[in-house]
Amino acid sequence: MIKALIIDDEPLARSIIVQYLLAYADIEIVAECGNGFEGLKAINEHQPQLVFLDIQMPKITGFEMLELLDEMPSIIFTTAYDEFALKAFEANAIDYLLKPFDQERFNKAVDKFLANSQTQNHQQKEKIEITAQQNNTQNERIVVKTGNKIKVISVYDITHLAADDDYVNIHTAEGAFLKNQTLAFFEKNLNPKLFVRVHRSYIVKIDQITKLEPYDKDGYLIILKTGEKIPVSKTGYPKLKAVLGI
Amino acid sequence: MQYYTLLSLGISENVALKDSVVSNAILGLVCWIISNVFYYYRPKGTKYIYVIVLCLILSAKYAAIIRYSFFKLISNDLIYQNIIITSLPIRFAFCFLLIGCMSAISILYYNQQDHQELIERKNEAEKLTRDAELSSLREKLQPHFLFNSLNSISALTLSKPQEARKMVQQLSDFLRGTIKKNDDLTNLQSELEHLDLYLEIEKVRFGNRLNTQILNDGESLLKLIPPMLLQPIVENAIKFGLYDTLDNVTIQIVTSFENPYLKINISNPFDPETAHPNKGTGFGLNSTQRRLALLYSRTDLLKTSITKNTFTTTILIPQTT
Repeated sequence: MIKALIIDDEPLARSIIVQYLLAYADIEIVAECGNGFEGLKAINEHQPQLVFLDIQMPKITGFEMLELLDEMPSIIFTTAYDEFALKAFEANAIDYLLKPFDQERFNKAVDKFLANSQTQNHQQKEKIEITAQQNNTQNERIVVKTGNKIKVISVYDITHLAADDDYVNIHTAEGAFLKNQTLAFFEKNLNPKLFVRVHRSYIVKIDQITKLEPYDKDGYLIILKTGEKIPVSKTGYPKLKAVLGI
Repeated sequence: MQYYTLLSLGISENVALKDSVVSNAILGLVCWIISNVFYYYRPKGTKYIYVIVLCLILSAKYAAIIRYSFFKLISNDLIYQNIIITSLPIRFAFCFLLIGCMSAISILYYNQQDHQELIERKNEAEKLTRDAELSSLREKLQPHFLFNSLNSISALTLSKPQEARKMVQQLSDFLRGTIKKNDDLTNLQSELEHLDLYLEIEKVRFGNRLNTQILNDGESLLKLIPPMLLQPIVENAIKFGLYDTLDNVTIQIVTSFENPYLKINISNPFDPETAHPNKGTGFGLNSTQRRLALLYSRTDLLKTSITKNTFTTTILIPQTT
């Protein structure tokens, strides 16, 4: 029996997948979820092989939910509007169904999954890489996992980001949160009007800078509003000068 | 050619060469001047007489230069002086014909270029208008809403065909109202009816997550309002309310008449932790603000307020009669 999960915020959209799946006797629906949080919990609980995933959902998008998963099930995206299509294929999805879709199109996607799962049984899937450029809301917030809880951080609350081995430590007024991501990713995806990378290991929020102090021979230190000190590297200094207009 | 003609008339080689080179150089200069003149100035309509006059003047000057300066410049030889004087009309005519042709060619050429530029600019302007129209159409049709609604209908066809048909009807009525081009004021009642079509469809999509509460004081229903003014605000309320919270959501619309204004309050819950309603007022509110400013020349008709976790948009519509 293959375990499948449906995540979509519209009940009717879920029901249509249930209807279509009746054609597959050996696929069992283990849960239906109305948002990414429920979805995350259900995936961890049921370990499904196949997930039907909507993209635009309350609070966290389907892409953001995937970022928080450790092990990737096979994903078939279902969405109404095709501005995300390219991203979904970059995300190594099995297929991408544009709503509304008919049984025939649906079967094609599921058959593709079945063919795939026979050839590479339970292989650890690559972690889905998401470039958030096309999606404005994703640039405005970052989703992290702290213990069992999911925290949605608004980029406006960030003071600075610091690289920490394979992780990035996201510092906010409420504390620091770890995210399994590279600093280069954030440099690329955060709004350059708000953030500047001043060091190999640091990105700071521009409006958090209160002072710039000379340090060592030709080095500089940034003093943040919180009082924290951030070193500026030789390559970081001209960038900092440019954004501060000095 | 000039050189050989002069030689055959018994002028020394040296003098003939100088004469040819200098006079042709002057001719070249005149041509260059005239084509430059027409680059900046071209006669409009039937004023080509000016062109002819200009050519005549320039030709006369050319002839005068030859007549009075060539003696000193090139040779004082008597035969040469004679030839200059007798050849003057020919030189004049030749110069006139040459710069006449030159001006005709440059006028045609520059006009052609102008025309080309005009066409290009027109094409560009048309393209911009088309793009603007297209994006406004896309906004009106809201592809995300449309395709999701169609998907819901598709789901209903099997389980509840009656409801599917009803939703097709609602969606059609809503779309018809949306694409209707009508800038006349309408009364609040018909605006609310149109809004209701939209809300009913959203309720089918989101099931019991979405509730609406529409309250009015009776008097306000007959008051006038620009058509489709509330639509983007309600969309905004749904976006913040429904897409940014997990619970059931109630969107409230309260209308009242407070002389001389029709007052409309639209409120929705939001999550103060993740939503930043102040950071971006969103496209819906910006365009409404702009529209109100254009219609009533006032920028204080749309206000937003936040209380704990409710976001409220207030609109005042001045009633003139």
